[in-house]
Amino acid sequence: MKVIGRDTQRVDGLSLVRGKPVFADDMQIKDLLHVKILHSPVAHAEIINIDSSEAEALEGVIKVFTHRDFKPHYYTTAGQGYPEPSPRDTLILDTKVRYVGDRVAFVAAESLEIAEQALQKITVDYKELPVLFDAEDAMASDIMLHSSAGASGIHDATHNIAAHVEAELGDVDTAINSSRYVFEGTYSTPFVQMASIEPHISISWLDDHDRLVIRTSTQVPYHVRRIVAEVLDIPISRIRVIKPRIGGGFGGKQEILNEEIVAAVTLRTGRPARIEYTREEELYAARVRHPETLTIKLGFDEKHLLTAIDLNILENCGAYGPHALTVMSVTAQKALSMYKAPNIRVNGDGVYTNLPIGGAYRGYGAPQAFFPLESLMDEAANRLGIDPIDLRLKNVFKLKDDVPIARILGEGREGFPMVLYSNEIAACLNEGRKLSKWDSIRSAVKSGRFRRGLGVAIAGQGSGIPGIDMGSAFIKMNEDGSFNLQVGATDLGTGSDTALAQIAAEVLNVSVDKIIVYSSDTDLTPFDTGAYASSTTYISGGAVKKAAEACKSMILEQGKKLLQVKMAVISGTTVVSPDGKSISYKDICTKSFYTDEQTQIMGAASHLSYDSPPPYNATFAEVEVDTLTGVVRVIKVVSVTDAGQIINPKMAEGQVEGAVPQALGMALSEFMPFDDKGRFLNLDFNSYHIYTATDMPEIVVRFVDSTEPTGPYGAKAVAEIPINAPAPAVTNAIFNAVGVRIRNLPVQPGELLSKLTLQEYQDE
Amino acid sequence: MIIEFELNGRLINTKIDPGKTLLEYLRSEELYSVKHGCDHGECGACSVLINDKAMNACLILMPMVEGKRVETIESFSDHKNLHDLQKLFLAEGAVQCGFCTPGMLAALEALKRENIEVSEENIRDSLNGNLCRCTGYVKPVEAALKSLSQMKNDGESS
Repeated sequence: MKVIGRDTQRVDGLSLVRGKPVFADDMQIKDLLHVKILHSPVAHAEIINIDSSEAEALEGVIKVFTHRDFKPHYYTTAGQGYPEPSPRDTLILDTKVRYVGDRVAFVAAESLEIAEQALQKITVDYKELPVLFDAEDAMASDIMLHSSAGASGIHDATHNIAAHVEAELGDVDTAINSSRYVFEGTYSTPFVQMASIEPHISISWLDDHDRLVIRTSTQVPYHVRRIVAEVLDIPISRIRVIKPRIGGGFGGKQEILNEEIVAAVTLRTGRPARIEYTREEELYAARVRHPETLTIKLGFDEKHLLTAIDLNILENCGAYGPHALTVMSVTAQKALSMYKAPNIRVNGDGVYTNLPIGGAYRGYGAPQAFFPLESLMDEAANRLGIDPIDLRLKNVFKLKDDVPIARILGEGREGFPMVLYSNEIAACLNEGRKLSKWDSIRSAVKSGRFRRGLGVAIAGQGSGIPGIDMGSAFIKMNEDGSFNLQVGATDLGTGSDTALAQIAAEVLNVSVDKIIVYSSDTDLTPFDTGAYASSTTYISGGAVKKAAEACKSMILEQGKKLLQVKMAVISGTTVVSPDGKSISYKDICTKSFYTDEQTQIMGAASHLSYDSPPPYNATFAEVEVDTLTGVVRVIKVVSVTDAGQIINPKMAEGQVEGAVPQALGMALSEFMPFDDKGRFLNLDFNSYHIYTATDMPEIVVRFVDSTEPTGPYGAKAVAEIPINAPAPAVTNAIFNAVGVRIRNLPVQPGELLSKLTLQEYQDE
Repeated sequence: MIIEFELNGRLINTKIDPGKTLLEYLRSEELYSVKHGCDHGECGACSVLINDKAMNACLILMPMVEGKRVETIESFSDHKNLHDLQKLFLAEGAVQCGFCTPGMLAALEALKRENIEVSEENIRDSLNGNLCRCTGYVKPVEAALKSLSQMKNDGESS
């Protein structure tokens, strides 16, 4: 292959290094209205009255929108396929508020300053209601957070259960009872922020035909169009959504966060409107990773083979349920797709509370799955006295294995059969064993104040949502032999435009600079479900490959007509017949435009897959524990991935290098404390600490040789997989260093220290 | 009030609102490489050079730039030529979403102008005020290391 598997300059790279105005907010618009949201200061209340008269009297305030301005229409803010698997429990503005940060009203004004002043002048009478912060309490409580008859898709509103999953294969209870060894543990994973550096920003205006244009930092332009149309009751044909360059999303922008608000302002006033979240709003009023409490039980036989896995999930959804069912389904499915156990069971509830709203975040439930699973596997290996790598190698699903849970548990509905046509997890573990110096570091004597330890964890993910995610592509040829590639796939900073261009270039035998990519504009590019679920390379890439092949067949057919031959082949960028006649791409297209057999050479295709081949990863973390303070420092991370054929090595490495510090943040540095009123306290980047350049450990990234027969040129997904394993690898390394098991993330130095002290006391 | 300062090589003499930040001013002048990420001097996406030092434009009130030399990434290249750091950021794959890239480039250019020993530690220190959620800083640091050591070598050989 000439283009696939090689580095190429990003197709958007030049504009980005030059700081060109390519992001949503990089434009000036005349007559712009600035929109600000009044967020609830209380965690749970009924709005008795809103008086906006004083605010509206302020010069420069155009309108204050309250619940009185909208007909009640329940929807979900989750940017998912239709019908959405998330409960429809949200109103654009409600008479109830359910968390600190919930929408109360919004203001449109001539300037940001005036909009901010107006917020201060809105008087709201709240009747405060009892609050529920704990998921277990919420299930047992008499208080109903979502009692409206208009909401739909809530699993059990009476018990505040937004979503529920359960599945069993075999007979778990009997298997556990007759297992030679049984291990059990309860773990919790925390609230985490996506923390893209570009905040959510949406701008809307009416175009020359009075159609609504929304330019927004989104991962899901088609879902934005559909949901805005539905919520504001206007035809889809009246809306155009443009996705410019996106300053990071990580799932946070798989949400209709503010698009319907600017759209409402523009439709009511006829004027352009802009809303941008401040960093503080990003932190307390956007979306977070769903925290989960997980109890897991593993049964093993005398040969150390798994007999059963039993998993219980309690997911804290926060105030509303976007992604509640699907994130939990992914937790369940991924936890039960790694190891071959004849008996498996999962039971999970996603529960409403008066805390920030869970959303989509890279890994989408899988990091929550692998923390308990990989912690307990490590514990099991330790108690059984065998090497944790060996225990994993013994029990992982292997090539050609059928993974039964995939069939019964899809994303929010039944799934599809899953056979592993590529699986190099063993190679990942073996390569990581060498690169991390496993044998020497693991067995080194641990003593002194600073103690080093090495831990391992493995994980899988998916490549798109089987049977649901659909991408499409359109390619047209130009007379200089270049091609326009138009895709609905949404590059949110990952480089997917470049990867897709590489796939098209490979098919068409041209260099990447001959492919002009335009992505994601609902007027100009064909449909794509969007950039989530690790779907772009695998699903949208599949569509690009088919479209390019269709275009290539048309080039050949045109070439044959122009050469007046029956047989010919494409060699490089020339159509050649057996009798030696030939015509170049350029000549074919030029003649086809202007002189002979006139037509536009083009190709279009859609792609959907019932397979969702898992990429795999083994992560080795080397840590240093300060036994005096309990502070853990990560020294080195070795991350070895099977992502099938790599399309662009540097970009793929970049995905791993970026995912690892996000996972380390979840494990060690990103804290989301709340006060007793449900107010999130770390409202800036000083206190909500994401990894900086000086926090970074050494990162070693490797990809093992692998080819996925169902993927474009053998590719699987790479974006999410590397975020799943680092957190348990770190806590397993802590155990290796000091013998303490951490079951709750993020690691609290105080908790670690008290466990250490207790351990030493017991030793004496 | 009226202030005078140099912006990307041009002398600016303009009436300003003393309460406006340099970030607000630069973006209103359509210098969009200067990004708005946090408003609190924490993310570094608005880093610009002021008298050769990297500063967060969101923390600078306009009167503070009186008599100063302000440079944004727009001045680093023209339509034909790229700055070495820009070239290496491209070649090394150091750009992902690109939102924090201009701020990183400003920080690294400031380091270059300090004329001190180039080391990975210095580079990491100088990038410490630039948050990036995409790259883990791995490739930006590699690109900077290559670019700055190249410049140093070029400087020594000439």
